[in-house]
Amino acid sequence: MLENYLPILIFLVVGLGLGVVLFALGYFLGPHRPDSEKQSPYECGFEAFEDARMQFDVRYYLVAILFIIFDLEIAFFFPWAIALREIGMVGFWAMMLFLAVLVIGFIYEWRKGALEWE
Amino acid sequence: MFEYLFDAIRDGILAPVVAMVAPAGYESYTLYTLETLVKILAILIPLLLSVLYLTYAERRIIGLIQCRIGPNRVGFFGRRVWGLGQPIADAVKLLFKEIIIPTGANKRLFIIAPLLSVAPSLAAWAVVPFDDTLVLADINAGLLYILALTSLAVYGVIIAGWASNSKYAFLGAMRSAAQIVAYEIAMGFALVCVLIAAGSLNLGEIISSQSGSILHWFWLPLLPIFLVYFISGVAETNRAPFDVAEGESEIVAGFHVEYGGMAFSIFFMAEYANMILISVLTAVLFCGGWLSPFQGLPLIGAIPYISEPSILWLLIKTSVFLFLFLWFRATFPRYRYDQIMRLGWKVFLPITIVWIVVIAGMVVARVPPWFS
Repeated sequence: MLENYLPILIFLVVGLGLGVVLFALGYFLGPHRPDSEKQSPYECGFEAFEDARMQFDVRYYLVAILFIIFDLEIAFFFPWAIALREIGMVGFWAMMLFLAVLVIGFIYEWRKGALEWE
Repeated sequence: MFEYLFDAIRDGILAPVVAMVAPAGYESYTLYTLETLVKILAILIPLLLSVLYLTYAERRIIGLIQCRIGPNRVGFFGRRVWGLGQPIADAVKLLFKEIIIPTGANKRLFIIAPLLSVAPSLAAWAVVPFDDTLVLADINAGLLYILALTSLAVYGVIIAGWASNSKYAFLGAMRSAAQIVAYEIAMGFALVCVLIAAGSLNLGEIISSQSGSILHWFWLPLLPIFLVYFISGVAETNRAPFDVAEGESEIVAGFHVEYGGMAFSIFFMAEYANMILISVLTAVLFCGGWLSPFQGLPLIGAIPYISEPSILWLLIKTSVFLFLFLWFRATFPRYRYDQIMRLGWKVFLPITIVWIVVIAGMVVARVPPWFS
């Protein structure tokens, strides 16, 4: 069964190799005339000031946390979705209970304003 | 047809070469690896050509929609042929451009980022079935693999934005990451709905479970999910109207503002390969993949070839969805960031959760004609 995955591994290597080859081609065929203006970070018409690794809105972080929770739920849903025909009514209602807990959490987030971007 | 071709290549070209050069005892492994490489090239070369000509099609179609002509000059051997030489000229131009690595950048990450974005977008094609036998890796967890690889795309974006050490790149990466992540959830739940309906993770089996007629395809029982999936796909690939990550008019090019020449075109290739992938997946998951739309119809269904499954149907369906991508870009103005997040979290997520309950109920109750 695992030998089915070998072509995927080869494909990943080929994909990565294609990227490396294209990058190398561009690197060796293109000109190299660096100067300090060209190599400075892009700005609209003035010298770059302060570091670009600045503070950012905490909501981006919040979105990442919410993503982890929901993505985990999806991982739980996958096996259930495939087995649904075999596990019948018991399996169906068990998952509906799980989904209900998830939805309560979702409503809580919504009411708390975690999903607001004004 | 394709099997005979692959067999002929294996027996006629590869086997003699392997017999000559491979070390003793490793002949079968070498032959298998070479055969797989040939098959990978048979996917990759048409894919890369499609990427090239998708850029051309995009410029021509958007040109026509805006009452312009679009690129029509560059041809071959002094003939214009509707400007078909344009993408090749573009590729050559990009090849000879300087690759600039900014002084403040993390050099290693800066180089790794485009590779990380292109490798998954190409490797995802390993499990796409083009025909009922024509698939490179017929694994039983196909959809899981696709979900995993499309999730990897966000790393290229974040690393590119971070490594550039430029404010625009950083802003673009933050926006893009939050957006991709938000629509990933809707997409994941949409895939769960497809799994419930099909009862299998294997893409080939998902298609065969839709056979019957055009009404048996999953777009009908999963209609809202079909729409959610395709729109999420547009958002996931950072295409207009969800292109705040690039936003030419405000943050110039977003996460890849510092990339030029070939480094930029690797990102570009990944984006277009992803567009084609999303289109193929939408065709496979909701529109019966290689199945004929005329199957099972009275009169037309009796005509041979027209009602039979074929790779041509998959290509036609994919082209229709690709056209939609371009049409969206020409028609809709860019969404504001809060509108994008609201659509993902407050509209798509509730719709998919409700539809999981609906479709699971339909499967358990064995609602005909899909789940009887």
